[in-house]
Amino acid sequence: MSGYDSALSIFSPDGHVFQVEYASEAVKRGTCAVGVKGKECVVLGCEKRTTLKLQDPRITPSKICKIDNHALLVFAGLNADARILVDKARVEAQSHRLTLEDAVSIEYLTKYVAGVQQKYTQSGGVRPFGIATIIAGFDSNDTVPKLYQTEPSGVYNAWKAHAIGKSSKTVREFLEKHYEEDLDDDKSVKLTIKSLLEVVQTGAKNIEVSVLKAGNIIKQLDVDEIKKYVDEIEAEKEAEAEKKKKSKD
Amino acid sequence: MDIILGIKVEDGTIIATSKAATRGISVLKDSDDKTRALNARNLIAYTGESGDTVQFAEFIQANIQLYSMRENDIELSPKATASFVRNQLATSLRSRKPYQVNVLIAGYDTKTDTASLNWIDYLGTQVELPYGAHGYAAFYANSLLDKHYRKNMKIEEGLGLLKLCLKELETRMPIDFKGVYVKVVDKDGIRSIEGY
Repeated sequence: MSGYDSALSIFSPDGHVFQVEYASEAVKRGTCAVGVKGKECVVLGCEKRTTLKLQDPRITPSKICKIDNHALLVFAGLNADARILVDKARVEAQSHRLTLEDAVSIEYLTKYVAGVQQKYTQSGGVRPFGIATIIAGFDSNDTVPKLYQTEPSGVYNAWKAHAIGKSSKTVREFLEKHYEEDLDDDKSVKLTIKSLLEVVQTGAKNIEVSVLKAGNIIKQLDVDEIKKYVDEIEAEKEAEAEKKKKSKD
Repeated sequence: MDIILGIKVEDGTIIATSKAATRGISVLKDSDDKTRALNARNLIAYTGESGDTVQFAEFIQANIQLYSMRENDIELSPKATASFVRNQLATSLRSRKPYQVNVLIAGYDTKTDTASLNWIDYLGTQVELPYGAHGYAAFYANSLLDKHYRKNMKIEEGLGLLKLCLKELETRMPIDFKGVYVKVVDKDGIRSIEGY
């Protein structure tokens, strides 16, 4: 301990706020989550921890949370912290509807979530949220997909495709290499799953995917559907390896 | 002198609400919808102190929606919805300025495949009824409904019975209530019935 990380709102002489940086470490330990923007859709995917033998998988909460009819949030980091933040976001979404008679825009929602996260880096008696979030959705009467990310510090950014959590660097680099503009729904889902497979070894049963479309359409893919994509991707990979082998010979 | 009427039939519940929004002796609007959809299969119809009514109904709507978000898209049943509304009104009654709102809640429970109609007043009285009304409409409509209501009526028959009630109201009510909006809640959700 250097003495500059005991109280939250204290800078170290070189300008770091350690507690906030430690929160980012907690994010890096959390399971990986991915968001990909297509032409007419946004896809969110995440790694799902294997349920233990005696655990009841039905009541294990999902990491992809519905904030409102048109918005989803996926997080990486401390699950318990996320529950609080997600609930705040849900209440704000309904409160916004009640006062403005309009659904929240995705940017507003992101700003709000990031705002809450920032508050917890500068108030007394609290610690920062140990989570990063990806917020996706469509604004009302709009067909433009939106994808944002927030960090424990309260920073937020817009992305075309992004990954957070464990090995997010590997996944982000994969996305940078393989992302194309205006992907159709099927290709967006495939890219999401393919990027997750970079870090998830156990395949379909440990992946969760949700697809958002304009007009409040949210579809959660079931295991069989994800497995179909996984098999397809694996077959492609094998064919490629075969080709490489042949060209070597 | 708003009119809200509800009739439960075999496979759904019918709600009729008057279109007139009045203040004192003036009609301000002839296309006022006195209902709010709480979720896919729960509809609240309200009368009472203007201002209070919409405020209360939308507050309930936001809370019911919030519940669905929190519980992973599980929707509150009609019975639970009615209990929640009753509780809110009963709490409000004991506050400094209570909501003066009376409501009917039409719902369809997909788990038990039953339609329901809940009558709740600003005092927190809640009853599940086959048919019900608030305000002046109750005086004229209840006797008719007592006479003609039967169990296991179809929606079409229910709408026929509603027509009888409306005819009576039009002849007996001292003011013009500008017609009604009719909505049906059944297994497919909430829909408007045109031509009233």
